[in-house]
Amino acid sequence: MLGLNKPDTRLLLIVIALVAAAPILLNPFPEGSGLAQFNAGYPDLMQRFVIFGIFAIGFNILFGLTGYLSFGHAAFLGAGSYAGMWMMKLLSINVIPAIIFSTVIAGVISLLIGFISLRRSGIYFSILTLAFAQMAFSLAASVLTPITGGETGLQTNLNDPRIFPEFLGGGASIDGNIPKPSLFGIEMTASYQLPLAGWEFTFNWGYYICGIVMILAFYMAIRIFRSPFGLMLKAVKSNQQRMNYTGLNAKPYMLACFVISGMYAGLAGGLMAAMDPQVGAERMQWTASGEVVLMTILGGVGTLIGPVLGAGLIKYFENIFSKINDNLLHQWFAFLPDGIEDFLVTIIHPFIGKGWHLTLGLMFMAVIIFLPGGLVEGGKRIGRLVRKSKDTAPDGKTNPAE
Amino acid sequence: MDQIILQILNGLDKGSAYALIALGLTLIFGTLGVVNFAHGALFMLGAFCTVTLSRILSLSHTVIDESRKDFLGNPLKVEVPYVYDWFGESTGAAIIDWSVPLSILFAIPIMIAIGVAMERGLIKHFYKRPHADQILVTFGLAIVLQEIVKYYFGANQIPAPAPEAFVGSFDFGALIGFDAGAIIYPYWRIVYFCFAMILVGAVFAFLQFTTFGMVVRAGMADRETVQLLGINIDRRFTLIFGIAAAVAGLAGVMYTPINSPNYHMGMDFLVISFVVVVVGGMGSLPGAVLAGFVLGILESFASMRQVIEFLPGINQVVIYLAAIVILLTRPRGLMGRKGVMED
Repeated sequence: MLGLNKPDTRLLLIVIALVAAAPILLNPFPEGSGLAQFNAGYPDLMQRFVIFGIFAIGFNILFGLTGYLSFGHAAFLGAGSYAGMWMMKLLSINVIPAIIFSTVIAGVISLLIGFISLRRSGIYFSILTLAFAQMAFSLAASVLTPITGGETGLQTNLNDPRIFPEFLGGGASIDGNIPKPSLFGIEMTASYQLPLAGWEFTFNWGYYICGIVMILAFYMAIRIFRSPFGLMLKAVKSNQQRMNYTGLNAKPYMLACFVISGMYAGLAGGLMAAMDPQVGAERMQWTASGEVVLMTILGGVGTLIGPVLGAGLIKYFENIFSKINDNLLHQWFAFLPDGIEDFLVTIIHPFIGKGWHLTLGLMFMAVIIFLPGGLVEGGKRIGRLVRKSKDTAPDGKTNPAE
Repeated sequence: MDQIILQILNGLDKGSAYALIALGLTLIFGTLGVVNFAHGALFMLGAFCTVTLSRILSLSHTVIDESRKDFLGNPLKVEVPYVYDWFGESTGAAIIDWSVPLSILFAIPIMIAIGVAMERGLIKHFYKRPHADQILVTFGLAIVLQEIVKYYFGANQIPAPAPEAFVGSFDFGALIGFDAGAIIYPYWRIVYFCFAMILVGAVFAFLQFTTFGMVVRAGMADRETVQLLGINIDRRFTLIFGIAAAVAGLAGVMYTPINSPNYHMGMDFLVISFVVVVVGGMGSLPGAVLAGFVLGILESFASMRQVIEFLPGINQVVIYLAAIVILLTRPRGLMGRKGVMED
């Protein structure tokens, strides 16, 4: 289907199904039950899952295929956000021009940065991209304040000069409120609530738009991975010298790959601006670049589904783990004798709430040390174990990529 | 003219910090071939050694002072640090006042121990893995160290003042014939610069004039041959890692009066010190020191008012710009050796 072979089609269908059903799947616990805070099925978080999924897919096209570790990808995300924001301020509140423009702008910027950075490889490439991203961050926070809003950031205002306020149903500010980003007149925040026997499912318009974009992005990534172009990129990773001796010039391939990857980041940035019309310079900081590296590694470098899983996992932890507090822990361990309960709570305390970064760091180290292939590798190993014990076990469905 | 001298002086203290961190990074890279992203965290740990020591020194107990009364007429309760009891009041006060320099003694063994533990416990297993894996695992370690410090010391800056004797500024201009007050420079920054020079000198002397250093240099040049000669080079390299950690830690200890430590100070310095290492030339110790000072001074020149008016924002980006220009024109950096990290 669509030029994909059978396992890839199956993977794509699984991803489509997961994205479509996420509001239900991520809400497994009934409202009001003790486990309800583990529900991730609220629009804000689900949007972040898919947006960072797109970001990580794009990063993986660069790092997974060619092995070039960029530490400056957040610059493209930030540039995309700013570009999208300006489209919504100047043109129309409709998100389509915003998303397109942010992708294009990120593409142009990544072309410039890539052209220079790709003259070096290895650690030097990482440092160059890091230097560019830090420059972009410092400039956005200081000198470029007229464009970026500086420290306060950029947001939509009531008196923005929108040239085509009604373009594609972009809602004008009729009632005197700041117009919200919308598509064909339906606002991004619009949701449909479905109460169902104790559960409450929220189907959010903005989430589904992000989801559709992510599916398209994912499909593109599969096509790139399976194309002759993707094969060239893999050749760069395995042995660039040999590739050169064969008479192939790696430069144009690398540059194209870098730009594609940057455009993915810009797309994610544009969506981010569309979902939450508030952009700050901290989106470009190098810790943000580090985050996408963590996502990709955690999920599985060079695999198709890995980055998406990693992005989901990190965003889930960020939101859910940081919500757990001591009272909750006491509730959970209430069945244990008092001494043991207090002891366990004391032990766990540093890892939850504000300390979730510690958990993240430890988890990340553990993955690098023991499971360099990330979650996908872990899934494969478990699949192999199951197959060993039961010869007739089904083909591992969780790890079709690569 | 006085402006230029002032900016050079201003650049020296930041440049010293960059140079010390970059020196440690290069030592680790040159000996073990590991790109250590946790080096900024070691700098931060050093700074927190100071905080810990000053807290230990000011541990106190309550004494009822019969001679003074509070507003209710009861005897006043006074907090007396234990060091007052042990060394007498004047010596005790001096010890607390000098807690930052004293932390040097406290930090050296701790930082060496942390460095050795890090190398034996974690980094040893990453020699055969690709550079990307080394970067990532040390990056993870940096996050963990940073979060542990945040858990125990909180997220706020913790001031650690310099000793009373070094508070205030030195009128440098008057000394070399300018108007009084034209070039004034804080005493502690002079101390920091001298300290950095001594430390750099000590590391170089250690590598140059001791048998141990000679073996390490031989190992950097050709590890296998040294091993074939029956020398346990791994153990020496482990110690070098400890020394590099101590250098970064001491840079952090002495930096506390200039900039109050907080848990993410390491990350801020790390990015720049990598730039410094690359500009200096991967694996070149003199290059790292030179580039540290050059970039520090460059940064302070770029923050001059006249320059900012001419090129707004240049002070924020000058280091990165310099790095980009250097990397593209002199791929090996200022003093890079042939054959190091070239692919």
